[in-house]
Amino acid sequence: MWLKLAALLTRPATKYVFIALALVFPLVAQNEYQIYVMASAFVWAIAVYGLNIITGYCGQLNLAHGGFFALGAYTLGLLTADYSWSYWPAFVAALAMTAVVGFFVGIVSLRLKEHYFAIFTLCVGFIMYMLMDKWEELTHGPVGVRNIAPPNGFGLVDFTETTPIYYLVLVFLMLTMWFIGRLSRSLLGRTFTAIRNGDELAQSLGINLMRNKVLAFVLSTTFAGLAGALYAGMVRFIGPEDANVLHTFDMITYLLVGGIGTLSGPLVGTIGIVWLTQSLQFMEEYRMILFGPLLVFLVIFFPRGIVGSFLSWLHRRTQGKAEAAAKAQQSRDTTGRRVNNNA
Amino acid sequence: MLRIENLTKMFGGLAAVKDISVEFEANQVNAIIGPNGAGKSTFFNLVAGSHKPSSGRIIFDGEDITTLRCDHIAQRGVGRTFQTTNLFEQASVLDNLIVGHRLRTRSGLWDVLVNSRRLQQEEKLSREKAREALDFVGLSHVENRFIADITQEERKRVAFALAMATDPKILLLDEPAAGVNPEETDGLAQLIRKMKDHGLTVCLIEHKMDMIMGIADKIMVLDHGEKIAEGAPEQVREDPAVIEAYLGSDDDAAA
Ligand SMILES: Nc1ncnc2c1ncn2[C@@H]1O[C@H](COP(=O)(O)OP(=O)(O)OP(=O)(O)O)[C@@H](O)[C@H]1O
Ligand SMILES: [Mg+2]
Repeated sequence: MWLKLAALLTRPATKYVFIALALVFPLVAQNEYQIYVMASAFVWAIAVYGLNIITGYCGQLNLAHGGFFALGAYTLGLLTADYSWSYWPAFVAALAMTAVVGFFVGIVSLRLKEHYFAIFTLCVGFIMYMLMDKWEELTHGPVGVRNIAPPNGFGLVDFTETTPIYYLVLVFLMLTMWFIGRLSRSLLGRTFTAIRNGDELAQSLGINLMRNKVLAFVLSTTFAGLAGALYAGMVRFIGPEDANVLHTFDMITYLLVGGIGTLSGPLVGTIGIVWLTQSLQFMEEYRMILFGPLLVFLVIFFPRGIVGSFLSWLHRRTQGKAEAAAKAQQSRDTTGRRVNNNA
Repeated sequence: MLRIENLTKMFGGLAAVKDISVEFEANQVNAIIGPNGAGKSTFFNLVAGSHKPSSGRIIFDGEDITTLRCDHIAQRGVGRTFQTTNLFEQASVLDNLIVGHRLRTRSGLWDVLVNSRRLQQEEKLSREKAREALDFVGLSHVENRFIADITQEERKRVAFALAMATDPKILLLDEPAAGVNPEETDGLAQLIRKMKDHGLTVCLIEHKMDMIMGIADKIMVLDHGEKIAEGAPEQVREDPAVIEAYLGSDDDAAA
């Protein structure tokens, strides 16, 4: 019974149920604030999907992810506020910027392995933060960037309102998930996963390590940039704190809780924790007392996160049943034959 | 098939492989034996391109591959297994094997975006190759199991299958029978013989002498990075230098 119910969740059709739920959410939400929280959860989820490519599939812990998120936000913010670009061209520029910077950071940092790579990217993220904080002529320093243009609705929709921006962000989230879904099932996604299993093994399978790692890195920074650009257009005010490394650690938490290297893990983890944080708001900073142990518990007992552990459990159960059924079938066949022989 | 000329590898002051010249014929099983630390794995790493030699040349199928990168060497038909293979534990056996044929495919990011016909064909091909390899090593019945749920011996076979899925001409097997019981060792020996029957060239490192003597056409013996003997199994077994190397270093007498 439980197994059947669980199996239902993994059916392709299930995603339409979730899309339908997301579509009606603004109608059933109690207030505008809830819609806003959900929209920002979607934005973070997009960034976490990006992180999942390089860290989840490819196995390289990238700690500059928050920096790239902020880079996307700043590119969009500065172009629209200071250079009076309109939103969509600046949006494309933000994607291009994070892709190009990601490429150059990638070809340098990916020469390093494991924790050296993690430390290097931590530094890259910090340098990005410093630039946003100190390079005042360009970034306005600690004051931040104001008057960022909202997404241009071409007179049809007003994206300064919460509900329209919610739907806009939802569209981008669905596009992201569609792409990542296709990627993870493809030979390219399998190539990334092979790299996670070990550089040596991957190379012995004829995989060009550097090219594939750089590609995964650029994809991940571009999604960070996409999320950052959406964020800037939604909050319309950004500052150096948006590049704080704590955001990277938040995203890693979402990824770990949801399920690293899984398809729906980033969404489950992000939405779950964002709402949990919201509902624990009354505890203020003390909520970490609840959060810390919860995280430790999850990492120890469910290292593959909610989604990963669920899928493993389901696979084992169905596989066990299938094998038992095959065995039963086999013994039935042999007894049948014996009966025939007797006759 | 594989010709090694004066191959040397220095790690700092240590010569892990010292001036080795040898030739391995096509469609034969070649064994490399020697005490622990003799330089056997290093020799494989040099042939497969994971390490660059300090000097010497490696000629594979008439082509000088000495300076090529590992992935290019793999593409030319050198497959290998490691002393320990890290597979994706929480994925099915088949899922782990599909990427094995990746090096013979060309689909990139654009194919993923538009879900091109090429990508679909190549994915189908890679899946078929994985199944074929799995069937070859006799594990079709566990294709949907998680790696975490199969036995040590089955893992060894999956590692073979992964190397086979790359369509290699030569296979380098590093201690394929380590950590499996005698019965299973016989099974693996049979599998290696089957590879030879299918036209593959096999090079294997192994400590289990009974197994080696049963399947090898030729044995090369290394000690302290140097080749101390080479020849047919009977020949090598009688060689005084080999007996000395094995009995002389008391810690390896048991091996
Ligand atoms: N990357 C490396 N850096 C430095 N020294 C190394 C490296 N790889 C191997 N060595 C050294 O080279 C020598 C040969 O090692 P190798 O692993 O080739 O031996 P082996 O014959 O495969 O031994 P075993 O039977 O234990 O697997 C050893 O002394 C080892 O310490
Ligand atoms: Mg070794």
